[in-house]
Amino acid sequence: MNPKEEKMKIITEEFIENDEDADVGRQKKTSKVQRQKRKKQLLTAGPQEMVSEKAHLGSRQEPGQQDLDTDTRLLSMPTRRGPRSLPPIPSASRTGFAEFSMRERMREKLQAARSKAESALLQEVPTPRPRRLRSPSEKEVETEFGTEPSREIQRTQQEDDSQSYSRVKFRDSVRKSKSKPPVPPGFPSAEEAYNFFTFNFDPEPEESEEKTKAKNRDGAHQEEEEGEEEEPRVQEGVNKTDEEELDGKDAMDFLLGLDRGAEDTVAVRPADYESVHVRLQMEKELLFIPSRRTVPMYKKLPENAQPRFLEDEGLYIGARPEVPCTNQNIMENRLLTQDPGRGWFGDDGRILALPNPIKPFPSRPPVLTQEQDIKTELETLYKKAVKYVYSSQHMIGYGDPPGSFQLDIDISGLIFTHHPCFSREHVLAAKLAQLYDQYLARRQRNKAKFLTDKLHALRNAVQMSLNPAKTPKSLNTTRKAINEYKSEIRQTRKLRDTEQEKDRTLLKTIIKVWKEMKSLREFQRFTNTPLKLVLRKEKVDQKADEEAYEAEIQAEISELLEEHREEYDQRMDGYRSAHQQWKAWKKAQRAKKKRKKQAVEEHSNEEMEEPYPGEDPVKPVPPEPTDRAVIERQVRERAAQSRRRPGEPMLVPELSLAGSVTPNDQCPRVEVSRREDVKRRSVYLKVLFNDKEVSRTDSRPLGADFRVHFGQIFNLQIFNWPESLTLQVYETVGHSGTTLLAEVFLPVPETTIVTGRAPLEEIEFSSNQHVTLDHEGVGSGVPFSFEADGSNQLILMTSGKVSNSVSWATGENGIPLIPPLSQQNIGFRSALKRADAISSIGTSGLTDMKKLAKWAAESKLDPNDPNNAPLMQLILVATSGESYVPDFFRLEQLQQEFNFVSDEELNRSRRFRLLCLRSQEVPEFRNYKQIPVYDREIMEKVFQDYEKRLQDRNVIETKDHIDTHRATVAKYLQQVRESVINRFLIAKHHFLLADLIVEEEVPNISILGLRLFKLAEQKRPLRPRRKGRKKVTAQNLSDGDIKLLVNIIRAYDIPVRKPTASKFQQPSRSSRNFSEKHAASPTTHSPTHSADYPLGQVLVRPFVEVSFQRTICHTTTAEGPNPSWNEELELPFRAPNGDYSTTSLQSVKDDVFINIFDEVLYDVLEDDRERGSGIHTRIERHWLGCVKIPFSTIYFQAKIDGTFKIDIPPVLLGYSKERSVIVERGFDSVRSLSEGSYITLFITMEPQLVPGESVREKFDSQEDEKLLQATEKFQAECALKFPNRQCLTTVIDLSGKTVFITRYLKPLNPPQELLSAYPNNPQATAELVARYVSLIPFLPDTVSFAGLCDLWSTSDQFLDLLAGDEEEHAVLLCNYFLSLGKKAWLVMGNAIPEGPTAYVLTREQSHYLIWNPCSGHFYGQFDTFCPLKSVGCLIGPDNIWFNIQRYDSPLRINFDVTKPKLWKSFFSRSLPYPGLSSVQPEELVYQRTDKTAAAELQDRIEKILKEKIMDWRPRHLTRWNRYCTSTLRHFLPLLERSQGEDVEDNHRAELLKQLGDYRFSGFPLHMPYSELKPLIEAVYSTGVHNIDVPNVEFALAVYIHPYPKNVLSVWIYVASLIRNR
Amino acid sequence: MAAAGPSVFLLMVNGQVESAQFPEYDDLYCKYCFVYGQDWAPTAGLEEGISQITSKSQDVRQALVWNFPIDVTFKSTNPYGWPQIVLSVYGPDVFGNDVVRGYGAVHVPFSPGRHKRTIPMFVPESTSKLQKFTSWFMGRRPEYTDPKVVAQGEGREVTRVRSQGFVTLLFNVVTKDMRKLGYDTGPPDTQGVLGPSPPPGLPR
Repeated sequence: MNPKEEKMKIITEEFIENDEDADVGRQKKTSKVQRQKRKKQLLTAGPQEMVSEKAHLGSRQEPGQQDLDTDTRLLSMPTRRGPRSLPPIPSASRTGFAEFSMRERMREKLQAARSKAESALLQEVPTPRPRRLRSPSEKEVETEFGTEPSREIQRTQQEDDSQSYSRVKFRDSVRKSKSKPPVPPGFPSAEEAYNFFTFNFDPEPEESEEKTKAKNRDGAHQEEEEGEEEEPRVQEGVNKTDEEELDGKDAMDFLLGLDRGAEDTVAVRPADYESVHVRLQMEKELLFIPSRRTVPMYKKLPENAQPRFLEDEGLYIGARPEVPCTNQNIMENRLLTQDPGRGWFGDDGRILALPNPIKPFPSRPPVLTQEQDIKTELETLYKKAVKYVYSSQHMIGYGDPPGSFQLDIDISGLIFTHHPCFSREHVLAAKLAQLYDQYLARRQRNKAKFLTDKLHALRNAVQMSLNPAKTPKSLNTTRKAINEYKSEIRQTRKLRDTEQEKDRTLLKTIIKVWKEMKSLREFQRFTNTPLKLVLRKEKVDQKADEEAYEAEIQAEISELLEEHREEYDQRMDGYRSAHQQWKAWKKAQRAKKKRKKQAVEEHSNEEMEEPYPGEDPVKPVPPEPTDRAVIERQVRERAAQSRRRPGEPMLVPELSLAGSVTPNDQCPRVEVSRREDVKRRSVYLKVLFNDKEVSRTDSRPLGADFRVHFGQIFNLQIFNWPESLTLQVYETVGHSGTTLLAEVFLPVPETTIVTGRAPLEEIEFSSNQHVTLDHEGVGSGVPFSFEADGSNQLILMTSGKVSNSVSWATGENGIPLIPPLSQQNIGFRSALKRADAISSIGTSGLTDMKKLAKWAAESKLDPNDPNNAPLMQLILVATSGESYVPDFFRLEQLQQEFNFVSDEELNRSRRFRLLCLRSQEVPEFRNYKQIPVYDREIMEKVFQDYEKRLQDRNVIETKDHIDTHRATVAKYLQQVRESVINRFLIAKHHFLLADLIVEEEVPNISILGLRLFKLAEQKRPLRPRRKGRKKVTAQNLSDGDIKLLVNIIRAYDIPVRKPTASKFQQPSRSSRNFSEKHAASPTTHSPTHSADYPLGQVLVRPFVEVSFQRTICHTTTAEGPNPSWNEELELPFRAPNGDYSTTSLQSVKDDVFINIFDEVLYDVLEDDRERGSGIHTRIERHWLGCVKIPFSTIYFQAKIDGTFKIDIPPVLLGYSKERSVIVERGFDSVRSLSEGSYITLFITMEPQLVPGESVREKFDSQEDEKLLQATEKFQAECALKFPNRQCLTTVIDLSGKTVFITRYLKPLNPPQELLSAYPNNPQATAELVARYVSLIPFLPDTVSFAGLCDLWSTSDQFLDLLAGDEEEHAVLLCNYFLSLGKKAWLVMGNAIPEGPTAYVLTREQSHYLIWNPCSGHFYGQFDTFCPLKSVGCLIGPDNIWFNIQRYDSPLRINFDVTKPKLWKSFFSRSLPYPGLSSVQPEELVYQRTDKTAAAELQDRIEKILKEKIMDWRPRHLTRWNRYCTSTLRHFLPLLERSQGEDVEDNHRAELLKQLGDYRFSGFPLHMPYSELKPLIEAVYSTGVHNIDVPNVEFALAVYIHPYPKNVLSVWIYVASLIRNR
Repeated sequence: MAAAGPSVFLLMVNGQVESAQFPEYDDLYCKYCFVYGQDWAPTAGLEEGISQITSKSQDVRQALVWNFPIDVTFKSTNPYGWPQIVLSVYGPDVFGNDVVRGYGAVHVPFSPGRHKRTIPMFVPESTSKLQKFTSWFMGRRPEYTDPKVVAQGEGREVTRVRSQGFVTLLFNVVTKDMRKLGYDTGPPDTQGVLGPSPPPGLPR
C-alpha cells in the first residue's frame, strides 16, 4: 500500500465521520461522552461489566463504534508508515473547527490516560526486550509485522468472537500498544508480544482490555474496507491529505490511550452477510476488468485529431511484434483508464511499439568454453598492424591500392576584414573595400540595365500585339498574351526599380564612407591605409537623357493608369453586382415587412427570426476613379528617389591603393604602438582533414595591411573519403603563444575539379574572441565609436577571408586521383558497378528492371525501409536510366575469369580426365587410388582398357562367343545390365534414414515380452544355442582376409568300381569290367586289390577335392561307398581387383567345385622279382562326380549346410552304383533313395561378410493402386506371422516396373518337337520339357545385376536371353506344365544350395511332384533328398497362397491349397481375383535351331577344348586317339536321346569291342550351353588332364544337340586311354 | 602409378583430442578416425583411436579432458579429399548403457602450424517421440551406421540432429612437398599465430 492510498483512506474515514456527524450528530455526542466515561472505568471495570456495557450500548452501538473505529483504524497506520515526526500543523480541514476542537480536547484527555498506561506497560515489559535482539525469527516476524496485520484482522473479523483467535488478537493489540514512540527504531515483534502476554500475563483486567481492543480493530477493518470501496468518490479530499494525515497521527496518539478504555465495546453481532448482488456490485465498483473490445479510435487520440498513419506518409515503420488482438485491446483499455493513458498511443492510434526485436531464425550460441576465455585473456596474440580505417567511414575501394588519391589544397593567403589591431581608419577602409567590392560585383552583373532592356522589349511586344492588323492570331490568344506581357512588365518594372535604388544607395554609402574616412584622416592627422577613392564623372547627353527619362516616366504612367483602370473596372463590376444584390434584398425586406403585418400572432415568433439570418447588406459604395495626376506624381517621386536625374553625370567610383601611409615617426604614440603590435603578430594555418591535423602553413607575420600571404600547396594523399576539410587560423603574438582565431571550413571539391582548373576561392571566417587593446587598435568584440562623443557605437568581431583552392590532384599520366566513389552513394554506385552481376546472379526478375519496379510499386514496398534500400536504389538507378543494365542473362558470368586454362588444354590433361572419369564412377576407374599429380606420371595405358571398351560397345565380339546368337544375346544382356547398373548407381545415392542411422524399432508387446523373458533366462543354459558370428562389413578387407571354409562330412552311395570286378577282376580295370571275355592283364593286379578281394567288397577309395578360384584342396582318402571324411578345407578368397566392396563381391561369378575322385593305385612295377624289395605304384584318380556351388550363393546364404546330390555323369566307365535297385520308372518314393549319390557339406566364409542389402527402390508400377496396397498389406501380415517364410506378391520386370506376380503364370506351349517325342507318355513329355528348361543356362540375377535385385523376365524374354535364374526357369516350366494340362504352381521357398528360390509343384493323380527347374530333376513330396527345404508360398495363375501351416518342410505340409486354415490366399471373397491379364506372350514362337551352325560350333568347341587340354599339360605330350574319339562321338547322340539313361551297358560293350587293349577311363559331361568358359572349367575340374602316364592317349568328343530356340545341349566326352602292354 | 617414385606430398598431423564440453554428461570417451579421399593413403601412425574414459573436472569449467594423442601421416597426390577427423563421443546414460553423446568432424587444418579447433558435436534425433522415449529407456539411441557419415554430405538430408557439446582438438600440422607440387597452403595473413583460432563453421 503506498502512502497515497493510505491517505485516501484516512480521508475517507474522516468523511464518513463527517457524514455521520451530520446524520447522527446527537448520538455521537453521547457516544463521546460515553467514551470518556469508559476511559475512567478502564482501571476498575472487569469483564463482566464489559458485557453489560455492550448490552447497554444497544442501539447506538453502530455510530459509536464507527467513530471509535476510525480512530483505531488510524492506529495501525504508523505501523506501516514508520515513525513520523512532522510537527502538527493547525488543521484547516473541512471537518470544521468544531469537530477539530472537540478532538483536541479529547486528545488532551487521552494523552493523560496514555501516559499512565505507558508507564504501566513499561513496568511490565522490561524482560522480553533484550531477548528480541536475539530472536532468530525476528526478521521474518518483522516482515510479517509490516504486511500481515490487515490479513490477520480480516481473519479475526470473519471468526468474529471466536476464542481460538484470541492469541492473534493479543498479538495485534500488543503490537498496537507497543508501536508507541518509546520504542524508537522498530517495533516489538509479534512473537515477542505473544511471549510477553502468554508468559508475563497476570492482571485479569488487562486481558479483557486487549480483547476489546481487538474487537475494535475488527470493526476498524471493516470500516477500512468500506473506505476502500468508497474510494473513487472522494476525490476532492485529496487536497487536504496532509492535514488529515497529521490529524490522524494525533488521533492515533490519543487513541492509544483510548484503547485502554475501550473494554466496553465488545459487541455480539450476527454474522455479516452480503448478498451476492451486493457483493457483485461492490466488486464492480472495486475491480476493473478491462474489456476485450476494440477501443474506438477517438478515445485513443487527442481530441479532434485524426489518426495519422506514418506508414502511409512514406515513413518507415518497422514490423511490430506479434500480439494477439484481444491482448492488445485489453492493454489499450487498461491504459485508457489511467489518466495519462493517451501518452501510450502513437499518432496512428495504436500502442507505441518498437519494431520486433526477435530474430526470425534461431542461431547457434557461441562456444561456451569458459576456460578458453581465461586463456585467451592471458595469452598474447600477435596481430599484424592494421591500417587505421576511419571508423564511421567507408574505406575507399578496398581492392584499390591505397594512397592513390590526392587532394591538393592551395592556401594562397589570408585577409582580415577585421582584426583587433585595426585602427578606426582600418575599419573604415575595410568597410569601404567591402562596399567597393560589392559595387564592382553589382556593376559586373549590371542587373538594372538588364531589367531595363527587358522592360523595353516587353513593351515593344505589347505594342506589336496590340496592333491587330499585324497579328493573324485569334483575338483570344493575343488577349491572353498581352495580359501575360503586362503582368510581366509590371514585375520587371518593380524589380528594376529596386535594383536601381540599391545601386544608388550603394554608391551613396561608398561616398559617405569615403567622406568619413577622409574626415577621420584629417582628424587623426595620419593615414594608416593607402586606400583612395576617386569618383569619376561620366558626362551624359543632357537632352537625350532627359528625353529618355521623360519617355520612361510617361510609359510608366500610362501603364499604371491602365492598371488602375482595369482595377477600377473590376471593382466597378463588383460594385454593380453587390448593388443589385442589395437592392433585391431591400425589396425582399419590404415584402416581408408587409407579410409580417398580415401574419397571424402565433407565427410571429418564428417569423420574427427569419429576417435575421444574415446581417443587413451594406449598401455598396461605388469605387473612385483613378486620377492621372496623382499617379504621375507618385511615379515622378519614385523616379527622383531611385534614379539618376536627367543630366546628372554618372559617378563611377574607383578605389585605389595609391595613397601613402604616414610613416611611424609622424604618428602619435598610440598609433605607433598599434603598428608595433601588428608587427609582432604572425599567423599560420593548420590544415585539418577529417578532424585530424595533417599539415600546417609556415607562420607568417601579419602585414600592416592585415594581409598574410602563404602561397603554399598541400598535397594530401588520402585513404578515406574526405568528410571535412578545415583550416584553423592561429595567431601568434610575439613569443607569448598562439591563439586559435577561427576555423574555416572548406568544401570538399567536386570530383570534376582537378588541379589546375580549380579557381581560387575566398572563404570568409569570423571569430568570436573578445580583445581589448591599449593602443589605437579597436579590438574585437568590444564596442567603439567613430564619434568623439562615443555615440553610435559599433561592435566588430575579428573576421577575414582565406583565399584558397582545393582540388583533386592529377597523376603522372594525367589521370585524376579521385576516389571513384563518392561517399554518399557508395553502396549505390558499387551496386551499379555490379549491376551486371546482380542481374545475372539475381533471379530472373532482376533482369527486367521495369518489371521489378512495377512489382515494387504494386506490392507497395516501403521505400523507407532500410531492408529495401538496395532494391529501391537499384530500381531507382534502373528506371532513371543512369546505368546500363544488360538485357542478356549470363549464367556463370565469372566463368571466364576463373578459367585458368583453355578448355582444350584441360581436356588434354590426363590427370583431369582421370579425375573426371573417377568421379563419374566409370567402372574401370571407380576405385582408382592415388591419381598422380603430374600428367607425365600417368601412363597412356591406363585408358586403354576403357577406350577399348568404348570402341567395342558396338562391335559384336565373336571371338569369345562362338555362336553369333549368343553374342547378340550377350550384348543385349550387357546393355540391360548397364542400364540397371546405372539405375542402381543413382539409387545408391539416395539414402533412407535407415541407411544412415541405426535406430531401435519401437518394440511391440511381443518383443517386450520376449525381452522380459530374456531377463529371466539362465545365464548358462544347459543346452546352449549357437550364437551368430559377428558380421564384417566389407571395407577394411584385403586379399587373404577372407577364407572359404568347406567342411566335407560324408557321402552316400558313391559309385563303386564295377561290381563285376568284385567277383573276379581287379576293380580298377574298368575296361575289363564290362565284359568277361576280356581277360585281365596280370599287370593290373595290385596288392590292395588282392587284399580286398577276400572280403568280396567292392572297393572305392573316394576323396574330395575342392577347387575354387583355381585353388585346389583335397581331403584324405576314405574308403567305401559311404565314406566319412569330416574334414575342413580352407580356401583363400580373392575378390576381383582387390575390391572388397559389397557390389564387387556380389558380382563374383566364381563357382566352388567339389569333385569326388576315386583314388586308384596301379602297380607299375616292371618286374615281379623286385616286388619284395620295392613298391612301385602309380596313383590315378578317377573323377566320379561333382557338386558345383556358386560363390554368390555362399555369399548371400552365409553358410550352406546340407546334403547335396552329386552330379554324376550318366556314364561312368568302370563304376556302378552298389545297390542298383532297378525299379520301374514310377514316381514312387522309394526310388529316390538309390537314385544318386549324395554328399554332406558345410560351407561358410570366415569372417562372415555382410551381404549387400537389396535395393528397396520403389519402382513405379502400372498395377492398380488398390492391388498394390493389398499386396503390401498381405506381405506385412505374412511377415508378421512367419517372418522367415518367403512371400512374394510383386516382382520387378526387366523394364523396372513392379508387376503382380500371377501375371507371369499363363499356359504357354512348349516346343512342338518335344511334345511329339513321346505322344503317349505324358510323364516322359513332362520330363523332356523339364529337361529342355534346364538346358537354358543359369545365370543368377545378382551376378548380372550387381546389387541384389531380382528382375523377372517373361518367358519369351527368357528364351531370347537364354539366361536366367531359378525364377525364370520355374516360371517357364510352370507355364509349360500348365499348357500340358497339369495342375502346377510356383513354389517359393528355400532350397539347398540355392537359398531362396523357386521350384515348381505339380499335382499328379495322387501325389505332388516337386520339380527343380534348373536341373530338370523332380522329386516326390516325401523325398528326403529333395533340395527344397521349406515352402513359403505357392503361386498359381490366379492366386497366391501363403503357407500358414506350422511346418514349412515339404515333407510335412499339406499342399491342398483349398484349405484356408493351411493356406492363406491373397485373393479371397473379400478381394476377388480381378482377372489380371498376363504379361506373358500369347504364344511362344520357336525357331528351329540351325543344325549346321550347331555342328560348326561343336567342331570349334572340340578344337578349343583339345587345345586347352594340351595347354594344361605343358610338360607332356598329349596324344589324341582319333579312333576312340570317333567312337565316342557316335555314342554321344545316343546319350542325348536317352537323356543319359539305360545306355551304359551297351556303351561299355561297344567301347570294349573297339578299344580292347586300352585301359580306358572317361565320362561324358553334359551341360547347357551358354559360353565357352564354363565348359572349359568343367573339363578342367575333372582333372582328366592330370594323368601323366607317359603313354597316355586322350579322346575328346563334343556333341551339341540343338533344341528349338537355340537351346543347345552340350555333351563332352573326355577319356584317357592307356594302352595295356 | 609410375613405378619410379610418383610425386606425392605428405601431411603429418599430430596433436591431441584435448577436451570436451558436455555440460550434462560425464564419464565419456571418444573415438576418432580419419576420413580421406581416394588419392590419400596413410603412411604412418594410427588412423583410428579410442580414448580412455574421462570424468568431469571438479571445478567450474567442468571440462572433460582426454588429452588423447593423434599421430598420423598421410601421403597424397591430390588435395581433394583432404583428411577429416571424425570424432564420436560415447558415455553411459542414466541406466549405464553406453550411448553416443556426439558426432563431429573437422578437416585437418590446411596450413602447417599449430591449430586449435573446437568442434560442435551433435547426435541424430529419434524419428518420433515414442522412439525417443523407448530409445532413452532401452539405452539404444539412434546412431550413425558409420560415424564417417558425418564427414560426408551424401545422404545427410534424411537425418535430423540435435547439437550437444563441443570437443576441442589441437593439431600440429606439418606438410612436405606441397609447395613443390604447386599447392600453397602457407598460413594466410598472420605468420605463426599461436593460440586458438575461432572454430570453423560457427556463427561469429
